Amino acid sequence: MSALLQVRDLRTQFMTRAGVLKAVDGISFDLARGEILGLVGESGSGKSVAGFSLLGLVDPPGRIVGGSIRFDGQELIGMAQNNLRRLRGKRIAMIFQDPAATLNPMLTIGQQMMLAVQAHGGGGNAAARVLAGGSLARVGIPDAIARLDAYPHEFSGGMRQRVAIAIALLHEPDLIIADEPTTALDVSIQAQILAEMKALARESGTALIWISHDLATVAALADRVMVMYAGRIVEAGPVGQVLREPWHPYTRGLLDSLPAMAEPGQRLAQIPGTTPSLLSLPPGCPFAPRCAHADVACNTEPPVVEQAGRLARCHHPLGIAA
Amino acid sequence: MLGYIIQRMLQAALVMLAMSALVFTGVYAIGNPIDVLISPDATQDIRAATIRAYGLDQPLWVQYLAFLGRLLTGDFGRSFVFNIPVLELVLARLPATLELALASVLIGAFIGIPLGIYAGYRPDSPASRGIMAVSVLGFSMPTFWVGLILILTFAVHLGWLPAGNRGETARLLGVEWSFLTLNGLQHLVLPALNLSLFKLAMMIRLARAGTREVMLSDTVKFARAAGLSEWTILRRHVLRLISIPLVTVFGLEFGSTLAFAVVTETIFSWPGVGKLIIDSITSLDRPVMVGYLVLVAFVFVTINLIVDLSYAVLDPRLRRRGRAA
Amino acid sequence: MKDFLRDFAESRVAILALLVVLIVVSAAVLAPWVAPQDPYDLAGLELADARRAPGFVGSGGYAHWLGTDAQGRDLFSAILHGLRISLLMGLAAGAIAMAMGALLGILAAHLGGWVEAAIMRVVDLQLSFPAILLALVLVAVLGQGKTQLVIALVAAQYAYFARTAYGAATAERQKDYLEAARSTPLPGWRVVLRHLLPNCLPPLIVVGTVQVANAIALEATLSFLGLGLPPTEPSLGMLIANGFPYMMSGRTWMSVYPGVALIILIVSINIVGDQLRDQFNPRLRR
Repeated sequence: MSALLQVRDLRTQFMTRAGVLKAVDGISFDLARGEILGLVGESGSGKSVAGFSLLGLVDPPGRIVGGSIRFDGQELIGMAQNNLRRLRGKRIAMIFQDPAATLNPMLTIGQQMMLAVQAHGGGGNAAARVLAGGSLARVGIPDAIARLDAYPHEFSGGMRQRVAIAIALLHEPDLIIADEPTTALDVSIQAQILAEMKALARESGTALIWISHDLATVAALADRVMVMYAGRIVEAGPVGQVLREPWHPYTRGLLDSLPAMAEPGQRLAQIPGTTPSLLSLPPGCPFAPRCAHADVACNTEPPVVEQAGRLARCHHPLGIAA
Repeated sequence: MLGYIIQRMLQAALVMLAMSALVFTGVYAIGNPIDVLISPDATQDIRAATIRAYGLDQPLWVQYLAFLGRLLTGDFGRSFVFNIPVLELVLARLPATLELALASVLIGAFIGIPLGIYAGYRPDSPASRGIMAVSVLGFSMPTFWVGLILILTFAVHLGWLPAGNRGETARLLGVEWSFLTLNGLQHLVLPALNLSLFKLAMMIRLARAGTREVMLSDTVKFARAAGLSEWTILRRHVLRLISIPLVTVFGLEFGSTLAFAVVTETIFSWPGVGKLIIDSITSLDRPVMVGYLVLVAFVFVTINLIVDLSYAVLDPRLRRRGRAA
Repeated sequence: MKDFLRDFAESRVAILALLVVLIVVSAAVLAPWVAPQDPYDLAGLELADARRAPGFVGSGGYAHWLGTDAQGRDLFSAILHGLRISLLMGLAAGAIAMAMGALLGILAAHLGGWVEAAIMRVVDLQLSFPAILLALVLVAVLGQGKTQLVIALVAAQYAYFARTAYGAATAERQKDYLEAARSTPLPGWRVVLRHLLPNCLPPLIVVGTVQVANAIALEATLSFLGLGLPPTEPSLGMLIANGFPYMMSGRTWMSVYPGVALIILIVSINIVGDQLRDQFNPRLRR
């Protein structure tokens, strides 16, 4: 069975006053049906922009400048807006980070859900309401039909995010892109939503791209993980393997800096330096300035080392004979 | 919600009180109060009699209370020039101003808002830039100048529309309105256009700024991600989200419209309340000035109150409190 | 600063507008030397020259480029002097209103408590009251004349500055570094001067530019209505008003030329102000 999503050399750039910002600088990956993929990176790594690019939701001054995104055989880049719109919400859905910002405070939940239902010809109002109520119940909101007439501010943060998830699930999409959906929530709620999303994805066979800066959440959730740095994928592979034996020094650094990894009383490890400005990337490997293993070779473009379903973009991948 | 209404109404009443105190101070304490009541060329006897009758020899706070009392019964005195009660005079002229103001407000809203939304939706299109350029002009040109140009173009050069005065009227609800006749409408067009230009420009700019901001918001992104059409997004999301700042300015600007009616009415010889105040200032018809000020303050406060109350209707967050999920 | 100038220069319209403003300002400043006639010298006016179309060569021996008005004044000179007065009034009123308003706004933000509440309530009230009505009322109460007019203009405008300064100062106060400054033994006014004031300046300048244009427009409107400057010192508004009755008979130049001069001045200032505002608003910058 062919992959659900095939991305090849996707490039998204922002034309700013200060210059061209290469937010996504040539990423490629496949996603199988029902697979859960974690996309990890610090802020500024381009992970969110990558997510938006998949749906064609990049706002000007940014635009996709190259590459290919094949969804179920169809090429998305360059597709007519109207056809893209038909895909959005129906076959590919997206959840954002802050539900307080994504839900319109002036419309009821029901009104917003019905808009989403009827965007794809969901029949009359009554039928749409039933569908909406069902979706709300599915994400665990009690007394769903009554809650349809409530406004977003009458819900707590966690509940609001569930509403957003419910909207994403309305048309049973093949793929859900989740952009840091739990970052704005309390830790306890985070764990809940995480577990529920995993269960929902499994049970409906929906593929999930989970974008996050937190390796820990991705570890619990994903089948495969991709690590992004400065607009590129620096490591990818099955989550267990990558986390146990990372190949890229950046991944290693991320893992080491997790508080869970620290011994009590020890200082928290940190990757020295800061993420580079995407306007002025050094030639060669963008991570080199912060890497403990960097040498002269790293001033040139690092090769992509692939082996047994894993890859790393590095001159000196850890754990492999250089 | 009820508490909100009551709170706002109390504030409104307080403002009215403050305004009355201000007008009182302005006229009675600064100016010579006797000049408000009788014409400067009255005889000594009449002066003395009036002073006693109105209690002008009483302490200031007593006078203020008397003033308030008179206001509440609608007694603003008699106009020097017309020798009829001020209230009657003002009310007679009010319909003319009202229809002018209303016409211009409607033009501003129904033309300005859609244009502004379009300019905000496609900010870089040539049509957008054109709209914004015109709005800068509408914003900066003084009302009297616009009126001049309108008269020059449409009345003098083209001869399409009359250059001034109100047209024929017809009765509705016991009041004479000129928009009910064709001739009346012809006379209404230029002044209404003149008065509306500023508001039009403002509505365009506001709608554009609001739309631009909303279009970049997560709400719109999320709606797009759900597959909503652009038209639906504009209609159901954008319009709602920009409504609050628009209504605010709308309400505030209505007062400004009434104010600028002063200029428009002068240029077009429109027999409304605005022309009345100008004439009364130049002829020192003080009772009319007092009456006009208090009336305007009252209209202001009422409008602000209505705007405040409409927030509650528009923004659901102000309506019900405390229903936790 | 260089960035600022470079960004400003990106809009060609703004550059053009700035140029126009500079030209008009210099013309106005140099009016007494550039104008062929002194329009205030009543003795030098020839009634025979009155109401003549542009291009007419009058008794002074020179061509009246823009015609003459009802009193025989050379319109070109009258416009130059009128611009002078308009600019003077606008700048004076704007400067005073800015100083007053900024002081009030910053004080309110700095002192807090009931002072803040009282000042801002008054300011808010005044903001909702249209400037022209306020000016009208003040002129009616105080009478006519230059000082009275400036007072009226200032009273109508200081509220905008107060609100802007208050907003900027409040935002700045909430920043952490000011908390730190407060805990050191620095006198309050020092904090205000070195920290609050510089941060209020950019928005104040933007508001100031637009308000100068508004003051000029307001003064013109008042003069047009006959409530502004006395007829011996005609500002542009009065010139337009004087020429208004002649419009119907086709002698339009008496109103139109002063009007055009006024518009050019106001619109250019507004365009410059607009550009400044866009520049200072980080959200709209791409």
